Amino acid sequence: MKPYLTSLRAIVLREALRFVHQRERFIAALVRPLVWLLVFAAGFRAALGISIIPPYETYITYETYIVPGLCGMILLFNGMQSSLSLVYDREMGSMKLLLTSPLPRWWLLFSKLAGSTVISILQVYAFLIIAAFFGVQAPPLGYVTVLPALIVAGLMLGALGLLLSSFVRQLENFAGVMNFVIFPMFFLSSALYPLWKMAESSELLYTISLLNPFTHAVELVRFALYLEWNIAALGWTLLATGVFTALALWGYDPARSGGARRGV
Amino acid sequence: MNKLTAALLCGASLTGPALADEIWVTNEKDDTVSVIDTDTLEVVRSYPTGERPRGIIFSKDYSRVYICASDSDAVQVMDPETGEILHDLPSGEDPEQFVLHPDDRHLYIANEDDAITTVVDTQTRKVVAQIDVGVEPEGMAVSPDGKIAITTSETTNMAHWIDTESHTLFANTLVDSRPRHAEFAKDGTELWVSSEIGGTITVFDVTTQQELHKITFDVKGVHPDRVQPVGFEFTEGDRLAFVALGPSNHVAVVNAQTYEVEDYILVGRRVWHMAFNADRSLLFTTNGVSGDVTVIDVAKREARKSIKVGRFPWGAAFRPTP
Repeated sequence: MKPYLTSLRAIVLREALRFVHQRERFIAALVRPLVWLLVFAAGFRAALGISIIPPYETYITYETYIVPGLCGMILLFNGMQSSLSLVYDREMGSMKLLLTSPLPRWWLLFSKLAGSTVISILQVYAFLIIAAFFGVQAPPLGYVTVLPALIVAGLMLGALGLLLSSFVRQLENFAGVMNFVIFPMFFLSSALYPLWKMAESSELLYTISLLNPFTHAVELVRFALYLEWNIAALGWTLLATGVFTALALWGYDPARSGGARRGV
Repeated sequence: MNKLTAALLCGASLTGPALADEIWVTNEKDDTVSVIDTDTLEVVRSYPTGERPRGIIFSKDYSRVYICASDSDAVQVMDPETGEILHDLPSGEDPEQFVLHPDDRHLYIANEDDAITTVVDTQTRKVVAQIDVGVEPEGMAVSPDGKIAITTSETTNMAHWIDTESHTLFANTLVDSRPRHAEFAKDGTELWVSSEIGGTITVFDVTTQQELHKITFDVKGVHPDRVQPVGFEFTEGDRLAFVALGPSNHVAVVNAQTYEVEDYILVGRRVWHMAFNADRSLLFTTNGVSGDVTVIDVAKREARKSIKVGRFPWGAAFRPTP
């Protein structure tokens, strides 16, 4: 068991070190949702406040509405960032070193996933503290109950990042990930607007948003932050985590990758 | 034996189901009143009323509730236990708002269409006096000592000061456009009048009828035209005033000592009037357009819940239950 823990510790620590050393990355990760919260939301104040949707019990400001969505945004971008770093590792050769470890590959990938999720959650909490400072507060206990939801959502989006990194071979291709994964996932979700608003303009987009696992990750975080369960969102997020992890493991399977992925 | 029975009865009443206090809300378009339980924050029952119920007020012992049924041209007297309309009072045409004199007997009613304030004796059910005031009277207030009654007229833009003994006007003071609501504060030394279109609250010194201060509002992200102060209520000791700002969908929290606005709280659409619970820890605002009542936590200054009621809720009144 010990080697497992040693490797887990080493990989998580490496993630943490990498994060600490890239102060710009931390600042960027915080600035991005804050810009949305303080600039974008200010312009869209009127977009909401006309309907009460669970888990809220009264009218809320747009800022209050998008905070869980922006927590999701941090998790999403971090998931993708760690996927980017895996592609980088592959190019630099450090991944080769990692994957030649005698430990099973799933454990190594899980350690990597755990590391990136921990970093993401720390950033989410930093963001929530700043948001509270600007007057967007959840019930005090909500900051505790949101943790399990953040773990599940973080693992799901981290697993998606792993899956992508097993298919994207070069850093240059990462722009495609941005265009075809991050943006559609973010905008076709309940992060920025409630889905009933989406349904008013297009039934198709509404259905796509409803199937988008990111929507369910955001709703899971939203309900947990307001001390409520959302079983459906939890189920969807866990299912997506399972599927993405399985596909990532398959993607990293040496037998499958063979010659084509000798670089790994 | 009698003592034993009394003790048992006492015990039984202590262990019996505790009745929570209530907030009564008139629904202008539904011709009903909705009754909200202040503990569960749910509508527990509703009763039919006359047409277009607006102002609502309880008698001192809470055994009767008076409702301005504007389009029925009557003030209805309802038994709050059963919801039965006991009788109508003569009210003049189109009664909108009214106030009960501290003697618990005389109602001062603003008759919007007739430019008249009508004084009705609730015991003899007769009109005692009709006083000519400005055009479209609406806001009504009586000083705590019962000597002064105020009517505000929406079109004349005045607060009319009525001597309640002689039923004559002894002063008229200009306020900003469309005054809607008036309240005496600080043991009757100040009079506050809200002006819907003017977007202000004017504070008067009651002794001199001179303007002391004018309170203005500025809700972030809301066009000034939509900031329209209407109903307002004071917390314990008149420390704070909560002011409904109409279509801006916000309630302002005003420090009644410094006259500074300290906070704005988001509530439902077109917030109009309000009522506190017994210890003034919760405030219930009627939101006309969204058809609900928002419950504000007074200490935290935040909206806790919005409760669906009938269409276009207008007035609100508190009723303790035994």
